[in-house]
Amino acid sequence: MEKKEFTISVFTEDQIGLLNRVSIIFTRRHINIESITASESEVKGVHRYTIVVNDAEDLVIKVVAQLDKQVEIVKSFYHETSEIVYQEIALYKLATSLIAAGGEAEKIVRKHNARFLSFDTEFTVIEKTGHKEETQRLFDELEPYGILEFVRSGRVAITKPMKEFAAYLAEIEIASAN
Amino acid sequence: MKKVEKSNEKESLLIDKEGINVITGKEAVVKSLIAEGVDLIFGYPGGAIMPVYDALYDYQDQIKHILTRHEQGATHAAQGYARVSGKVGVCIATSGPGATNLITGIADAQIDSTPMVCITGQVASHLLGTDAFQETDVVGISMPVTKWNVQVTRAEDIPGAIAKAFYIAKSGRPGPVLVDITKDAQFGEVDFQYKKCTNVRSYVPQPKVKLEAIQAAADLINNAKKPYILFGHGVLLGDAKEEFKTFVEKTGIPSAWTIMGLSALPTDHYLNVGMLGMHGNYGPNLLTNECDVLIAIGMRFDDRVTGDVSRYASQAKVIHLELDHAEIDKIIKADVAVVGNCKTSLQLITEAVKEGTHEEWLQKFRDCDEEENQKVINEELHPSDDKMISMGEVINLVSEASNGQATIVTDVGQHQMVAQRYYNYKRWRSNVTSGGLGTMGFALPAAIGAKFAQSENQVIAVIGDGGFQMTIQELGTIFQTKIDIKILILNNEFLGMVRQWQDLFFDKRYSSTEMVNPDFQTIARGYAIESNKVTERENLAAAVKEFVNHKGSYLLEVLVGKENNVFPMIPTGASVSEIRLD
Ligand SMILES: Cc1ncc(C[n+]2csc(CCOP(=O)(O)OP(=O)(O)O)c2C)c(N)n1
Repeated sequence: MEKKEFTISVFTEDQIGLLNRVSIIFTRRHINIESITASESEVKGVHRYTIVVNDAEDLVIKVVAQLDKQVEIVKSFYHETSEIVYQEIALYKLATSLIAAGGEAEKIVRKHNARFLSFDTEFTVIEKTGHKEETQRLFDELEPYGILEFVRSGRVAITKPMKEFAAYLAEIEIASAN
Repeated sequence: MKKVEKSNEKESLLIDKEGINVITGKEAVVKSLIAEGVDLIFGYPGGAIMPVYDALYDYQDQIKHILTRHEQGATHAAQGYARVSGKVGVCIATSGPGATNLITGIADAQIDSTPMVCITGQVASHLLGTDAFQETDVVGISMPVTKWNVQVTRAEDIPGAIAKAFYIAKSGRPGPVLVDITKDAQFGEVDFQYKKCTNVRSYVPQPKVKLEAIQAAADLINNAKKPYILFGHGVLLGDAKEEFKTFVEKTGIPSAWTIMGLSALPTDHYLNVGMLGMHGNYGPNLLTNECDVLIAIGMRFDDRVTGDVSRYASQAKVIHLELDHAEIDKIIKADVAVVGNCKTSLQLITEAVKEGTHEEWLQKFRDCDEEENQKVINEELHPSDDKMISMGEVINLVSEASNGQATIVTDVGQHQMVAQRYYNYKRWRSNVTSGGLGTMGFALPAAIGAKFAQSENQVIAVIGDGGFQMTIQELGTIFQTKIDIKILILNNEFLGMVRQWQDLFFDKRYSSTEMVNPDFQTIARGYAIESNKVTERENLAAAVKEFVNHKGSYLLEVLVGKENNVFPMIPTGASVSEIRLD
């Protein structure tokens, strides 16, 4: 089966060590995690991992089932990229002299609608939110001028289908036979 | 208000008027176990778990502790106990090496869905992460092989963690859990109020069976010409003895077992057609690729069962009855998935199916049996006089002498396959083996656990000369506890199963499989276990009788053909229909 980009959302109880349990499931099947982000979800006490992978759908289905069966994972979903709204953020550190000169580098930053996050006499930090291709394009254009540091966040994603996670919580309670 | 009495008296607790019940963490461990109905645990002491052992000393009248000779032995004993009783097996060990010695048994219990609670001591919480003496990250190490695990660093969390551990180990698809308790938590204080755990929000152990699935399954079964049942461990774990038998008998469908499902239906039941998989029977494998509806019950299509999956039952519609939804479509795609406990789903399906017989179809299995008898079984059970004793003839005699009523605990290798092929299992849950992990050294300690669970049943451990020496030290446990275990060593002076593969697939290059063995009788004598050794066929029958009927533990060593191979066999990568009879 052809490889594709999928975004997996994992809703979990707040428990030490759970990230390890999650990552083991990917490791065992040799699935490379492209990015992973963890945060609290809209339900109090429930955490949400957003995991991006590039793999065959039938494998992703099995991994999601495997995730789902972990005791402290409430529910996992996977979505194609078209089914989610997502964002990433990247930070770039440049020498302030590059920017202050009002040269090409500054023009590039403005052209990409990136934001100046902090100035210092020596260095400047620029922030750009966008999909990976966009933050990468800015990186590629700035690179010839010298980037001192670069970091990109994992993906955060909201799914388009309207069902809320809370509804799944309720469903789980009904699905339980006892 | 709480009052704490610090003294060395038996119960360092005081219950005051407001119902506050302050005890130490170590005592809370023991009281939690008692609250879960535990009266027997297997373990090995050491520094970080000493407080709990100290507390156990006060409760010897309520909890019996069996000191095994190695922590691995404690896990297998707990497994043997769990497998024949359906209850949770409990083992306990110290931190560091004690904890790491549990890992093989935990992995075995995980892959064979065996309910087990392991309690480990851990260094004091302020030392965690500092490479303290005997500190290992057992929670991290055991994570891939436990259903759930947790580290407890405060006494007040002990009862809750143990309650959750028992609930998770036993409910749904069972499995091993580990509770790691720091030494300071064992010494701390807790207001002990034990509440059993009955629910974990994120966990659905018993999904509700969907009636549409039942109907779809029944429709397929009712219209099938050549339906075929494969049953696995799930039938035993689901406690579906009567439900399964009723379903099989009402539908008249030929039924074959995985080695973990063995003893869910008596071997000699008229619809039990035999063993699946690599060394299973001829018909059950061959006809998998001829049936029109395959009904898999509580089994997970292990590769030892399926052979090449791309050529496995592709002509058949597949109905999969399974509790764990992650097993559905994992290996073999199900046309109808019935997710839920098979005790419930079998009952519902039985109501929805017509009574049936499948004489012609059954006849095909019998024809295959005939061929297997001629090419394999007759010679295995009654070798010609010039041949050395075969494993099959020993098992056959043991089966007759024990009337198929014993619990057979097998180790891993040729003898395992032979025991399962030729013992006539008549009792429910009377087969204990290491299936998924194939752990050599499993049988001796597992037999000890099985015997402690059911003292009324004869327990016979069938072991190879190789596997016996992996946990041979558990003879010490038998000696000290004076229990009655029959140990059958089928000695071929080889790591037989590996040698067989070298014979068939590696040009007979017997690389490191030959064994120079000690005198097992001398060893048995050291542990005051009576023994006998048979080398000639003429002595075998009498020796087996004496072995089975002896009061107390007994070791019988039988010298069998050195280079005998187990057949039939599906070579790795071959299809079930390419099963070889020689
Ligand atoms: C712990 C462990 N190590 C290695 C193996 C690989 N292995 C599988 S069967 C076998 C040979 C077993 O020999 P023996 O116990 O003498 O039994 P036999 O096959 O001769 O009946 C070995 C080494 C294993 N299953 N488990």
